[in-house]
Amino acid sequence: MIIAEKKPIEEIIEEVRNFDRILILGCNECVTVCEAGGKKEVEVLASALRMYFITQGKEKIISEHTIERQCDHEYLEEIRKDIDNYDAIVSLACGVGVQFAAEKYLTMPLLPGVNTICLGANEDRGLWTERCQACGSCVLARTGGICPVSRCAKRVLNGPCGGSTNGKCELGPDIDCAWQLILDRLKALGRMDDYEKVAPIKDWSTDRAGGPRTVTREDVNI
Amino acid sequence: MRLKIPTNFRIVRLPCTGKIDIIHILRAFEKGADGLYVVGCMEGDCHFNQGNYRARKRVEQAAKILDQVGVGGERVKMYNLSSGEGPLFAQYSIEMVNKIKEMGPSPVRLAKQKMAKQKKVTAA
Repeated sequence: MIIAEKKPIEEIIEEVRNFDRILILGCNECVTVCEAGGKKEVEVLASALRMYFITQGKEKIISEHTIERQCDHEYLEEIRKDIDNYDAIVSLACGVGVQFAAEKYLTMPLLPGVNTICLGANEDRGLWTERCQACGSCVLARTGGICPVSRCAKRVLNGPCGGSTNGKCELGPDIDCAWQLILDRLKALGRMDDYEKVAPIKDWSTDRAGGPRTVTREDVNI
Repeated sequence: MRLKIPTNFRIVRLPCTGKIDIIHILRAFEKGADGLYVVGCMEGDCHFNQGNYRARKRVEQAAKILDQVGVGGERVKMYNLSSGEGPLFAQYSIEMVNKIKEMGPSPVRLAKQKMAKQKKVTAA
């Protein structure tokens, strides 16, 4: 899922200072799971903003609404009937949701309430770690299910670099060397022969370097 | 036991302190509470294993938010005691009430009262 982190309240206060009627818009998907922008976070942020502006002697309308997904037309349509009641929307969705809502409501200022971090997994309570960089041509079949693109700082594709020490990356003792993990897994799978095979040059045109990416599916397009 | 406790706080009963959420704490302040404390079981003694640990984390998060919005994070606190410690409950309530009295009314309450007065004047 997409991992996001709450923006500091002080930053959001500065963003919304000049608006009088604000909608805090949450998203029920990824940001809910990573506890950054779901219904609960919407309530908390709205309450915090209301308290702040009351203590400043300013009466602002700060409303709350959480929709199923902010990256889909049909759910974003839900707020169309109420949109004129607001001067700005603080979206707690990931960058995709904020942009999609901004595209849909052209004259409405859309402000992000979270920082979108990465595509990751919920490794432990309160710990989310990156697992995928959406490079567009998956190599996981060859690397034992561990991604050298997202988990190796250098994105090397043919074994560890010289900075790998005792299974850790030279960036820091807390970061696992992706290739150490791959080697361990290939050993466990009895597939060490695969490790000897030299990987061909990866097609990076499917990565971000090729500009914004799109997926077009004629088979599902009605 | 007939212990004396201050009368100026309201007890909200929960099935477990793990039920409390940040928004419950914030709403109390939004409605004008001057302080709030959560009393849970002793750490490690939770019937639901982690309820009081969860509560402590949420109280800490609420305190941080209250600091950020200028209400004051010291107005919320988490206490732990066992169900047999009535005198300690009384002591904590006196301690908290005294602390809040020292701190004075919540800025939210004061601002709300000021706004209400201004509205009355304007209406008149």
